[in-house]
Amino acid sequence: MNFLAIRALIRNDLRIYGTDRRAMLIGILVPILIAAFFGYVFGGTGNAEPAKIPIAMVDEDQGAASRAIVVDMAKAPFLNSQSLDRQEAERQVRAGKLQIAVILPKNFAADAAQVMSGGQQKPNVEFLADPSQPMSGRIIEGVLVRSAIEEITRGEGREPFTVPFSISSTNVTSARNVDYNAYAHSFAGMTTQFILLASIDAGIVLLLLRDRGIWQRMRTAPLSKAQFLVARSCATMLISIFQFTLIYLIAIAIFGVRVEGSVIGFVGMALALCFMNSAFGLMLASLGGSAAATRGIAVLVTLLLVMIGGAWVPSFVFPKWLQKASLAVPTRWAVDGLDAVTWRGQGLGGALAPIAVLGATAIICLAIAIWRFRWED
Amino acid sequence: MDRRRPLPQKTSKRGSLPSGAVGFAILTPVLTISHLQKRFGDRIAVDDVSFEVRAGETIGLLGPNGAGKTTTLSMMSGLVQPDAGSVSFQGRLVQQNADDLKRRVGLVPQDLALYDELSAWANLQLFGGLYGLAGRTLATRADAALALVGLADRRGDRVKEFSGGMKRRLNIAGALLHDPELVLLDEPTVGVDPQSRNAIFDNLEELKRSGKTLVYTTHYMEEAERLCDRIVIIDHGRVIANDTVRGLYKLLPGSSSVELQFDGPQPADDLLAALGLIPGIDAVARSDGGLKIETRDFANALGRVLERIAAQGLRVVSVQSERTTLEDVFITLTGHGLRDGATSRAPQQDAAA
Repeated sequence: MNFLAIRALIRNDLRIYGTDRRAMLIGILVPILIAAFFGYVFGGTGNAEPAKIPIAMVDEDQGAASRAIVVDMAKAPFLNSQSLDRQEAERQVRAGKLQIAVILPKNFAADAAQVMSGGQQKPNVEFLADPSQPMSGRIIEGVLVRSAIEEITRGEGREPFTVPFSISSTNVTSARNVDYNAYAHSFAGMTTQFILLASIDAGIVLLLLRDRGIWQRMRTAPLSKAQFLVARSCATMLISIFQFTLIYLIAIAIFGVRVEGSVIGFVGMALALCFMNSAFGLMLASLGGSAAATRGIAVLVTLLLVMIGGAWVPSFVFPKWLQKASLAVPTRWAVDGLDAVTWRGQGLGGALAPIAVLGATAIICLAIAIWRFRWED
Repeated sequence: MDRRRPLPQKTSKRGSLPSGAVGFAILTPVLTISHLQKRFGDRIAVDDVSFEVRAGETIGLLGPNGAGKTTTLSMMSGLVQPDAGSVSFQGRLVQQNADDLKRRVGLVPQDLALYDELSAWANLQLFGGLYGLAGRTLATRADAALALVGLADRRGDRVKEFSGGMKRRLNIAGALLHDPELVLLDEPTVGVDPQSRNAIFDNLEELKRSGKTLVYTTHYMEEAERLCDRIVIIDHGRVIANDTVRGLYKLLPGSSSVELQFDGPQPADDLLAALGLIPGIDAVARSDGGLKIETRDFANALGRVLERIAAQGLRVVSVQSERTTLEDVFITLTGHGLRDGATSRAPQQDAAA
């Protein structure tokens, strides 16, 4: 084994990386900016006021109880409610300005009170809903039911009926009562994505070398294909570790991301992720043929991996089948593993499975790269 | 002050020759190319090529573009596997002893094998490292290689700031760090200015003096003539001649030609026949307004020719001698020129013309 040659190749790749300061800066700033954006959109550090659901109340009953319900809905902390007539409410829902318009029909309060006394004629409350917001209806339904029962019983001169319990919420993580920091997730996703992209680019650069005299010089040296690819993988991994470290330093310093769980697990995740990405880039280069063809495949594969892996949107919002299917892609394990040791506050045990999956994927990718890479002309 | 100095030499641990041992070495074949053949699809790039390279010798592979020179060189360095035939380095097949032999051969590729974004020094650090050199040994070798090619004072500069000629010289330096016994150079002067060409020639002559065995491909006959002990002419993938420069000239019907121009009447046919009978004259023919005489013995034969002409009362107003070149040898052997338009002069001469 020509270790000195491997060392020389690694050092050379690091030198080349260091010569282009602008590319280095962009490689670190872009993931930070995008992670900051996604983190903010998905709730930031948890202290920011959440966005309110815009709704309209259309009171066709115009009784005391229905007016009280409209006032109640306007007071709900997570609703932005306004009173409109039916026509205007429908227009605004159609335009996407409102998520729901709640229509309280004529005689709503009287009919509802009669049902509560044993009558059969249930009034119908109509929801005009924006179909792109399926969850909003469920939320509004709960608030409306509570308010309607309370106001209708009050209107009958009885003690208003109230919910006979209170609800409190505690954030459950393995560490302590930690607020959800959406930045922790978005930095996990974006770091995974951009290190993967950089690694694939390193693989493509390797293919471009083929057309240069430097390739002949490499091949006339006493150096095997495996040694060459291992050196390349190590260099890419070191560069990835450098990027990972800088990105997370910014995430910790500015965006409040914390390693609430195992620090060893976090370091292990960083190493496994960088190893997997570097080997994956080499594998794509070995399978893609020309640089142009590999670039096309790489863009497609990268986007699929990061989307399915939950790098953009947390995987818990996926349909159930996709949540299961996404376990087949290494990026899902990367994001979940980083989530586990950061905001979920899990110990080393929470990171071991992701580290094992990423490590095994890396070894398989590297083996395929060594097997398939075209060393000879 | 001449900063150039030869590379430090290894001792002959693997039987390599110490510097300057050319007298003994020249008898020993170091590289044997035997019936090499290579196809690319339907095209035969190299067809039954055989020749030997002796230790300390400088061999030129001369031929037009596409003749098969680079493919032959690539097979010699182990970069390309032959379809048939073999390459042996000191009696051992290159294909079967690749790693050991790679340490003893240096290749200067035709395409620049350099990282433009790195300094000359960093490039040499990589190339030396590939051959297992490190630390002080590598630094010493890199210093010596830079000094040899006259770039010692530019070691810290990025290659992208170099001229084409400097890059070519650094390209050569990159192949010398591991002190190879055999250096293969694939058109090392392509695209460089005359001054840089001369600098490269000086570098190669320095290597030759230090006892290195060189194989050099080119389609410039002046380069081959200046540097090479022996020239292998390749055309359409086949060896069509393999000899010293002197030996190649012997393949021509006449080694030089003289053109005579006349004032007044032109010589008659019987005079032409008589001139052809003069010892040392190979051929006499009418040319544009005069005579063209091919001769192997310019000094003696020309006087007798002029005497015969004067005796006929004819008046010679101009005598122009034309030296034959390897281009003429090539045309004689192949029926076409070395380069498009049958121009074989190196760029230096083109520029001067």
